[in-house]
Amino acid sequence: MALLQITEPGQSIDPHQRKTAAGIDLGTTNSLIAVTRDGTPDTLPMHCGNHLLPSVVRYQGELTLVGQTALDSAEEDPLNTILSVKRMMGRGIDDIDRFGKSSPYDFVSNESGMVRINTVAGEKSPIEISSEILKELVERANQSLQGSLDGVVITVPAYFDDSQRQATRDAARVAGLNVLRLLNEPTAAAVAYGLDSGYEGLVAVYDLGGGTFDISILRLTRGVFEVIATGGDSALGGDDFDKCIAEWIITQASFGQDLSPRQLRGVMLQARTLKEYLSVSSIADIDFMIDGLSFKGQLTRKKMNTLVSELIIKSINACRRVLRDVGEIKIGNVVMVGGSTRMLAVRQAVTDFFGVEPLVDIDPDRVIALGAAIQADVLIGNKPKDEMLLLDVLPLSLGIETMGGLAEKIIHRNTAIPASKSQEFTTYKDGQTAMLVHVIQGERELVADCRSLASFELRGIPPMVAGAARIEVNFQVDADGLLSVSAREITTGVNASVLVKPSYGLSEEEISNMLRDSFQFAKDDVKIRSLAEARVEATRLIDALESALSQDASRLLRADEAALLKDGIASLREVIKSRNINLINDEVKKLMKASEVFAALRMDSAVRAAFSGLHIDQLQEDS
Amino acid sequence: MDFSQNHFEVFNLAVSYDLDMEDLSRRYRKVQASVHPDKFVNATDYERRLSLQWASQVNAAYQTLSSDLSRAIYILEIRGVVIQENPRLPGDFLIEQIERREALDEIPQNSCSLGALAAFREEIDTCIKDYFKEFSESYLTKLGLAEMLIYKLQFFTKLRRQVNEIEERILGY
Repeated sequence: MALLQITEPGQSIDPHQRKTAAGIDLGTTNSLIAVTRDGTPDTLPMHCGNHLLPSVVRYQGELTLVGQTALDSAEEDPLNTILSVKRMMGRGIDDIDRFGKSSPYDFVSNESGMVRINTVAGEKSPIEISSEILKELVERANQSLQGSLDGVVITVPAYFDDSQRQATRDAARVAGLNVLRLLNEPTAAAVAYGLDSGYEGLVAVYDLGGGTFDISILRLTRGVFEVIATGGDSALGGDDFDKCIAEWIITQASFGQDLSPRQLRGVMLQARTLKEYLSVSSIADIDFMIDGLSFKGQLTRKKMNTLVSELIIKSINACRRVLRDVGEIKIGNVVMVGGSTRMLAVRQAVTDFFGVEPLVDIDPDRVIALGAAIQADVLIGNKPKDEMLLLDVLPLSLGIETMGGLAEKIIHRNTAIPASKSQEFTTYKDGQTAMLVHVIQGERELVADCRSLASFELRGIPPMVAGAARIEVNFQVDADGLLSVSAREITTGVNASVLVKPSYGLSEEEISNMLRDSFQFAKDDVKIRSLAEARVEATRLIDALESALSQDASRLLRADEAALLKDGIASLREVIKSRNINLINDEVKKLMKASEVFAALRMDSAVRAAFSGLHIDQLQEDS
Repeated sequence: MDFSQNHFEVFNLAVSYDLDMEDLSRRYRKVQASVHPDKFVNATDYERRLSLQWASQVNAAYQTLSSDLSRAIYILEIRGVVIQENPRLPGDFLIEQIERREALDEIPQNSCSLGALAAFREEIDTCIKDYFKEFSESYLTKLGLAEMLIYKLQFFTKLRRQVNEIEERILGY
C-alpha cells in the first residue's frame, strides 16, 4: 500500500494551484506588461498611471532610471540615456554604424562582437539595458498584482534573427525572469483578437511600427494558430512617413539642406504631429518656429497621402509577396498592429488590397501585450482544457558557410518550428580531430550578405584518414526560434563536443557575471542563490511528476512502478529541506532518470489518443 | 516512442501519393496539439526534450507530405529508388524545355508583360498537373516511369520558380 502523504501546514503541494504569468511587449519606443485576470487580459499601469513605459534607460552612477523620467533627460544627458535599445539587440558595431550615424552614444566593441555603450555606470550591453526595462515592468506588475510573477511571455518581431532572439532571452535571464516562450508579435496580435473562437480561415497581420513593417499570414482552425508565412521590410516604418512629410516641409519652406540636428529633429516632430492630426482631420494648418526657422502653411490629408503613397505601396507589395509564398489569395480577416496603422490612407490601402475591412477595435499599441498575456496564461497551465495552440515558423533561413564563402541553407525560411535537420560533413586532412562550422542566417547566396550567427568548433573527432570520418551535425530550432547544434561521428558513434562562439552574443560566463552584478551578490549570497535554484528545480520536477502521476499512473503504470516514483518524490521532498545542494541535484537527476520511461509512455499515449479521436471524426464524416 | 517511423507512420497513414490534404492537416494539428513544446512548459526536462524532438519530426513529416513533389520523391525513396542529381532525359523532352525557356526569355521584363507571364505560368501549371496525374497512376506499378516523371517535374517546377522570380523583379520586391 502506498504511504499517505501529509502536507506540512502552510506548505501547499497542490500542483494545480493558480499561477500568474504576464505577457510583455518589449518595444522599440514603448514597452508594456499585461496579465490575464478572470479570463480577461489587461495591461498594467506604470509609475504615473500610463500603461506605456517608454523603453528608455538612464544611467546615473549608482542610480538607474527607467521610463518617462529617463526619457525626460534624453536631451540633457544624451550619453547616458539610452533610447531604442531594441535596435541594438544582438547587433555588432558595424550594424550600428549602418543605421545610427545620428545616435549620440559612445559605442565600444569588444571580443564578443555585440556592441556596448560607455556610460557613467560603466560599459553596458544592450542585454543589460533591456533587462533594466524588463525589471521595471515586472516590478510595477508585482506591485499592482500584490504578488510575484511565475513566468512571462516576451514578444519579438517575427523577422528577429537568432542573435536578436537569444539577446532577448538573455536579457530576461539577467532580469531574473522565467521565460515561458518568446512569441512573435503578429501571432500575439491575432491571439488578442480572440479569433480562435469560431473563426476558421486565413488571417493577415499587418504590423506597421515606428521603424519596421511586418506581414504575417496565419491559418486558424479550431483554436490552432498556424503561421504559414511571414515577410516584411525591416527598413520601413512610421519614421519614414515622418521623413517624407518633413522633406515636403523643408522644400515648401525653402529651408535648404543644411539644417542642424536640432532643427532637423524639430521639423521631424512637426511632421509626426501633422501625420497624427491628419488621421482625424482632412486639413492641417502649419505654423511653427524652431531654432530660428519658421514656416506657415497648410497640408491637406490628400496631399499627405500622395507624399507617402510610395511607402504604402511598398508595404502592399510585401503583402503581395507573402500571399504568393502562401499560394492563396482569400484572406478572411486582417489585424492591424502598430501606431502607424492609425493613418487612414494605410487602412484604405489595406482594405483595397485584401478586400476586407481590417480589424482595428483593439488599441494597436496594446494589442501585442494583450495577446502575449493570453498565451502566458495558457502556458503556465491555468487553462488545461484550452485548445489554443500556436504553431510558428522560422523567419529567416539557417545555413552554413561552404567553400568559397557560399551559403548553404540547412533549414529554409517559413519552415514550421520546432525544426531539426541533420547534415553530414567529413574531414579533409588525415587525422583531423576538430572542425569549424560557421552558422549563418539569411536568404542571400554569399556568406558576406547573410548574418553571422556563430562559429561552432567540433572537437573530439576520432582521427581517421581524410574523408573517412562522417560527422553528423544536427541543427535544432526550438519553439522560441532559437538554434542549438550537436554533432557526432557516425561510424564510431563518438559525440563531438560543440564549442559555441556567438558572433553577436554573450558567452555563458559573461551572462553569469551580469547575473552576479545585477543582483549585487556577495559570495555567501551566491551559495544561497544556488541553493534556491536547486530547490526550485526540484520542486518543479515534483510538481510536474505528481501532476503526471495523478493523471496517468493508474492507466500506464503497474502499481510497483508508480510506487517507485512516489517513493522517489518522497525522498526528494525530504532532501529539499537540507541545505546540501549536491544532494538535492543528485536526487533530482535520479528521479528524472527513473521517470523517463513513464514520460515516453505518456507521450505515446497522447499521440495515440490524438489519432483515435480522428478515426471517430472520419467515420462520422464518411457515413 | 519510435523516431525511426516514416513520415506517413507519424500520422498513422499508409504510404500513398493520393492523400486527402484536409485529413492530413487535421492529423497534423491533432498530433501537434499533443506533442508541441507549449504543452510541456511545466513538465520535466526529459519530457520537454522528448516533446521538442517529436514536434520537430512531426513538422518535418508534414512539410514533406504536404508538397506534391516532395511527397512523390519521398515515396520513391521509401520504395528504394535513388533520385539522381543529373538524370538522363529523353531528347524530345529536353528540346521542349529549351523551347519553353526561350519563350520565357522572349517575354520582355517590364510591367506590360504581367499578363503574358501569367499565361505562361498557367500553361506550365497544366503540364505539372498532368505529370502528377500520370505519377499517381504509375508509381505503384511502374517505378521507372514514376522516377522519370519526377525528373520532368523537377524541370517544370524550376521553370515555374523562374517565372515567379521574373514577376517579383518586375513588381519590385
